[in-house]
Amino acid sequence: MSDTQTNSLVERLSARFGDLVKVTVSHGQTTAEVAAASLLSVATALRDEPGFRFTEAVDLCGVDYLGYGQTEWDTTDVTSTGFSRGVEGEAIGRFTWADRPRDVAIPRRFASVVHLLSIELNQRLRVRVFCEDDSLPVVPSLVHTWPGLNWFERESFDLFGIIYDGHPDLRRILTDYGFVGHPFRKDFPLIGNVEVRYDPEQKRVVYEPVSIEPRVLVPRVIRDDADLIQAKAEAADHWREN
Amino acid sequence: MSVQEIRNYTMNFGPQHPAAHGVLRLVLEMDGETVVRADPHVGLLHRGTEKLAESKPFNQSIGYMDRLDYVSMMCNEHAYVRAIETLLGIQAPERAQYIRTMFDEITRILNHLMWVGSNALDLGAMAVFLYAFREREELMDCYEAVSGARMHATYYRPGGVYRDLPGKMPQYRESPWHKGSDLKRLNSWREGSMLDYLDAFTSDFPTKVDEYEELLTNNRIWKQRTVGIGVVSPELAQQWGMTGAMIRGSGIAWDLRKKQPYAKYADVDFDIPVGVNGDCYDRYLVRVEEMRQSNRIIKQCVAWLRANPGPVMVENFKVAPPKREAMKEDMEALIHHFKLFTEGYGVPAGETYAAVEAPKGEFGCYLVSDGANKPFRVHLRAPGFAHLSSMDALVRGHMLADAVAVIGTYDLVFGEVDR
Repeated sequence: MSDTQTNSLVERLSARFGDLVKVTVSHGQTTAEVAAASLLSVATALRDEPGFRFTEAVDLCGVDYLGYGQTEWDTTDVTSTGFSRGVEGEAIGRFTWADRPRDVAIPRRFASVVHLLSIELNQRLRVRVFCEDDSLPVVPSLVHTWPGLNWFERESFDLFGIIYDGHPDLRRILTDYGFVGHPFRKDFPLIGNVEVRYDPEQKRVVYEPVSIEPRVLVPRVIRDDADLIQAKAEAADHWREN
Repeated sequence: MSVQEIRNYTMNFGPQHPAAHGVLRLVLEMDGETVVRADPHVGLLHRGTEKLAESKPFNQSIGYMDRLDYVSMMCNEHAYVRAIETLLGIQAPERAQYIRTMFDEITRILNHLMWVGSNALDLGAMAVFLYAFREREELMDCYEAVSGARMHATYYRPGGVYRDLPGKMPQYRESPWHKGSDLKRLNSWREGSMLDYLDAFTSDFPTKVDEYEELLTNNRIWKQRTVGIGVVSPELAQQWGMTGAMIRGSGIAWDLRKKQPYAKYADVDFDIPVGVNGDCYDRYLVRVEEMRQSNRIIKQCVAWLRANPGPVMVENFKVAPPKREAMKEDMEALIHHFKLFTEGYGVPAGETYAAVEAPKGEFGCYLVSDGANKPFRVHLRAPGFAHLSSMDALVRGHMLADAVAVIGTYDLVFGEVDR
């Protein structure tokens, strides 16, 4: 995809939809952020109108932005006892269901992200819809615009608990029959809640509370860009030498 | 006189059925032998790969990608690695890109061999399976020679590939099973380097494809089982998010290798086969022709790789480890190594979607990073998941035996469908 194409797609998007979409471009990929209320009309236009012709929806997935940008390892401020050890935190893998992070109301936690593809014009577009309510995330279903999103929305519902309003058959798809919870939410423990084994006495498979301890080997750490800037400079030096 | 009540019959197909290709549970509502409704239940192989990836530094998840679509391993790695490279803003050296192109095509042949063999087996042709696995074994040896593993290679890395191609192809040793002239024949290709071996393979392979075609293409039973079965119209294919051979079989020449080229696909010469009728038979023809085209690409890559030695990994020690020898003398190299293998590298905040033309269709990796050394969210777009979701639309009104042909034509692997 060439640059000019992306730019003109951006222009076409803002010309057609104006304030309805917020368009950004990064790494040569275009993202349109749409409010849940106008999603259906925007989606239909994106599919049918010349200049867009996104006849194919390639992918849809949920994203849980809880804990975005949080680290477990303080790497800038040193205390009197030295740097933190990076062994505490609430990041993924650290907690059980009982100690899951709770008082974490962040605005607009869940989003549903669709990747569209136009075969005719050879262009791609990412459409993101944030859910208004964290406790009951709801977005309109796109199944009637792109039937192929049926299972993708079921998956997102299963794993994140995002409810797709208007979906004809919103059942769980990937998790076990009778599974409780939405496992890909950031406050769902990595170790899970239950484990399964065959009980020879009862002669059936039994569910028990999970017995393993949560454990993280590498702390989650965000460093400022110094590393990468330095790496880029080194790479540039290397090219100059050759 | 009372009218006898006739009810539809609900039937479980799988999850332990040999034609279910793994762990598909298909609940079929039957009217006699006609399928009225098909409801695939997936997720029996769900391992939470995407969630696991969030808990590990970037590089430690490459091995998980092999285990998604476990018959096209390196293509999955390619999507994941490309997503990371896009966010990091780095590019693999040219030689690494050629190696990736070559191994993507080796993988495509591996996948299609598996597919043609097992699909023929499903539809009653035993011999093709045995023939296909003969050549599969030869390409598996390339995987093993380059990575040490026959399947789950973990060979691609952000910034290049793990190591250069081996200068010497491993040979068979004498054993009660391989001896005398048999041993000599097995080792005749393996006298030189891996590129020599692939040269021998690529000159030989088209005749092997002829053999599969001899068994199937004009086979009356094969045609009866596939012609006119599971017809996908171009509109249907787009509605259901189909990619790969599923959309090309319907006459749409859509191939990411041509339309949105990555690695070195823009520099190699190959054609995209397309079908006409969009039935199972056309998709069979497309896949067989794809094997021939892959063979062509491998040949070109071998020629280039032979002529152009060079680095296969970026010399950026924030991303790639320094040489072992350098670590013995250079303090900084030791620090880099330590940092890389304990903490990994941070990837600048942002999001990207990287797709590759995997043998089964578009395999995509949607990666969200918040700047940490672990991904914030990884979503893997598996072609099989989208394809299987159209099962009900495709199989409705077909006979039960045709459901097997349709499952076969999807080229399903549940490692990627269930993730």
